[in-house]
Amino acid sequence: MGDLPPYPERPAQQPPGRRTSQASQRRHSRDQAQALAADPEERQQIPPDAQRNAPGWSQRGSLSQQENLLMPQVFQAEEARLGGMEYPSVNTGFPSEFQPQPYSDESRMQVAELTTSLMLQRLQQGQSSLFQQLDPTFQEPPVNPLGQFNLYQTDQFSEGAQHGPYIRDDPALQFLPSELGFPHYSAQVPEPEPLELAVQNAKAYLLQTSINCDLSLYEHLVNLLTKILNQRPEDPLSVLESLNRTTQWEWFHPKLDTLRDDPEMQPTYKMAEKQKALFTRSGGGTEGEQEMEEEVGETPVPNIMETAFYFEQAGVGLSSDESFRIFLAMKQLVEQQPIHTCRFWGKILGIKRSYLVAEVEFREGEEEAEEEEVEEMTEGGEVMEAHGEEEGEEDEEKAVDIVPKSVWKPPPVIPKEESRSGANKYLYFVCNEPGLPWTRLPHVTPAQIVNARKIKKFFTGYLDTPVVSYPPFPGNEANYLRAQIARISAATQVSPLGFYQFSEEEGDEEEEGGAGRDSYEENPDFEGIPVLELVDSMANWVHHTQHILPQGRCTWVNPLQKTEEEEDLGEEEEKADEGPEEVEQEVGPPLLTPLSEDAEIMHLAPWTTRLSCSLCPQYSVAVVRSNLWPGAYAYASGNLRTSTSAGVTSTAPRASTRPCQPPFNKSTPVAQRSWR
Amino acid sequence: MDADSLLLSLELASGSGQGLSPDRRASLLTSLMLVKRDYRYDRVLFWGRILGLVADYYIAQGLSEDQLAPRKTLYSLNCTEWSLLPPATEEMVAQSSVVKGRFMGDPSYEYEHTELQKVNEGEKVFEEEIVIDKAVAIIPRGALFKTPFGPTHVNRTFEGLSLSEAKKLSSYFHFREPVELKNKTLLEKADLDPSLDFMDSLEHDIPKGSWSIQMERGNALVVLRSLLWPGLTFYHAPRTKNYGYVYVGTGEKNMDLPFML
Repeated sequence: MGDLPPYPERPAQQPPGRRTSQASQRRHSRDQAQALAADPEERQQIPPDAQRNAPGWSQRGSLSQQENLLMPQVFQAEEARLGGMEYPSVNTGFPSEFQPQPYSDESRMQVAELTTSLMLQRLQQGQSSLFQQLDPTFQEPPVNPLGQFNLYQTDQFSEGAQHGPYIRDDPALQFLPSELGFPHYSAQVPEPEPLELAVQNAKAYLLQTSINCDLSLYEHLVNLLTKILNQRPEDPLSVLESLNRTTQWEWFHPKLDTLRDDPEMQPTYKMAEKQKALFTRSGGGTEGEQEMEEEVGETPVPNIMETAFYFEQAGVGLSSDESFRIFLAMKQLVEQQPIHTCRFWGKILGIKRSYLVAEVEFREGEEEAEEEEVEEMTEGGEVMEAHGEEEGEEDEEKAVDIVPKSVWKPPPVIPKEESRSGANKYLYFVCNEPGLPWTRLPHVTPAQIVNARKIKKFFTGYLDTPVVSYPPFPGNEANYLRAQIARISAATQVSPLGFYQFSEEEGDEEEEGGAGRDSYEENPDFEGIPVLELVDSMANWVHHTQHILPQGRCTWVNPLQKTEEEEDLGEEEEKADEGPEEVEQEVGPPLLTPLSEDAEIMHLAPWTTRLSCSLCPQYSVAVVRSNLWPGAYAYASGNLRTSTSAGVTSTAPRASTRPCQPPFNKSTPVAQRSWR
Repeated sequence: MDADSLLLSLELASGSGQGLSPDRRASLLTSLMLVKRDYRYDRVLFWGRILGLVADYYIAQGLSEDQLAPRKTLYSLNCTEWSLLPPATEEMVAQSSVVKGRFMGDPSYEYEHTELQKVNEGEKVFEEEIVIDKAVAIIPRGALFKTPFGPTHVNRTFEGLSLSEAKKLSSYFHFREPVELKNKTLLEKADLDPSLDFMDSLEHDIPKGSWSIQMERGNALVVLRSLLWPGLTFYHAPRTKNYGYVYVGTGEKNMDLPFML
């Protein structure tokens, strides 16, 4: 056979020098191919030393190895003829790098070698004409993958030193059927040898499609290797698993749809558009520069960026782009509502959403509409109660055994404070995120404040959520939020001593019965207290909001003043009233009380002061932090106006709140008995 | 939060209102780099800040190659000099849980308790940090993977959670050795991927509802806050690799949680 002479050259040709060897080996293969037709029986001689590893192929020293190489070709022909499905065969990978891993048995090893050698052979062959010589008449659809392979080969060898790109076995790609032939398959079908059988089985097993999908392991490995070779990651072994996962995922999620938006991102895009609307200047951008000059006057919108900067020095506050968006949102608020002054109060965190709170003051006479609505609702409540009493009297007449009529009267409702005074001095607007519309919070009633002191609940982020608690809170989350805002403002709005002073029109100090002054104004002569002194002593800071009395108001109101309705009820009830008549007037610390007078919380100082930066005290800012309301901060620096911002969390004060016991009122019969 | 991406992380975690002032940030960046070099850590995390009455403690953690190995904790008062906190023993843990109250800010401060001995504040800080870390440090699913040889590695191909996954509590795991995994039924375990699902998820935390998930920044950031340990914020930008957690708070557990929900 003419195979012998070329063979001894092979050992000298190592895989790295493959290319040059391949050229010479093409010659061999051609010869081999020609010899093949003549020697259909030689393939039956399976070389025993085919068991060595594939990279060592050059070490094989026998003639039969050539047949070994030829045989896989025949196998392939067989399989092709048998109608192998997806037949990517060995389109990719360099045999020297390909480690056929799953094979563990010896027979499998042989198969591995055979397939490897097959690939080697493929590489070496590389000319379509080769196959033509073999059997031009053999044409079948499964020839396509071979054609694919051929394309690959010609690409490679024509480009010279470049590797790849390797063609993936992508079903979307169509390949030209090449004129391939298969080795002539003789009419006799010889008995497949055990090794051949093993190879066939292994290949068929690999080509088996998975249960869940149409992908076979063979294809997947092909894709994986192509990907690795194209991308060339560093240390591919360590990322093999993740690459495996990614390849599989990509097979099933091809990015074909470029027209439709990703459905998952819809809410994000919507929010982005809303926020984009914030950035457009209101009133149209076509108005000229004259408009610009007019606008740069007094706007109620505060300089949020400046305060944000100072709070950032203190280590508090939202990021600067968030602050800017809040600034724009407040500008939007100012445009929508008739606002006189406005301030960013802070952010309250909730479970599902958070609240951004703005403290505003309306211009004069603007808020009457809301007030009337609220009053109507309370009157409706009173009508209901009267109805209930009438029914009770009817029952009493019928039954012989009289159920004792309850003498309990609900405690008189303490009227809420007028707007623009006391706890309702400011109006509050909330929104969940900049870009969303602002909602106005209702005024707070003393009952709500009193109850808010007794409970501790998280905010969910939705204003109409009911507040389920004991003692029952009169209102929903909007009211609870408003009550907490009122408490926090009253407790934590502070300024340096002397920044505010009382206005000079006094004389009403004694008339109010000790209720204290409730107005202040900025002191124009304020010179600023040195930062170090501010940090040292709490006496340098004062509250500039009114303290809320235990009653729930800032100014005390005697609850027992009889209204007209109560006088109609008869004498018995008047007598009952005489008992608890002695209600003491509640007095709280007056306005502008220094912080050093604040009560301790369980042996803790109520306030902590800090210099914002200890490394440069001359430029730093004095920061005061409340220990009662975590998240309430105030800063002061030199002449600067202070600002308190409650970057408040949803937690209530640190004082422990035990669950409330049922209220014991001395007037109930039960209580009276127990008190004896 | 990873010390390498400190600035971005602080920016993303700022939704809770507490952050760091610029001087602290600057000193952290430099000092954490030095800590990494000196102690030969694989990764250094800035864990957070414990607010004290007089001064604040800044805490950092150092991780070795195996992400789930016990982490070393360092503390500092000024973000420039870091000291290693001594490892805690069982008795110290028990003692410090009894001593309640805020931290003072002075590591040598001794707490007095009638029954037990005095507890050093330094130790107390450490225990508190350990407790909080075990309870609420979290990691998104897929960020770490476990190799069959044992060690846990950072997953370099983690591309972030998708938006729908990011809103579910089950996509987040506790960053500690799993405690409840073995209690799962076989059916549940069959669905788990052993290389990714080897830690406890947040779904089964007790009390239920102790985590709040929110989207911030116009739906571009998912923030988890712990309601049991107020002050812990975890953030993750979906579909990106950015995630981290930071604790800024007083170190006290919120015992009123069941009433507040």
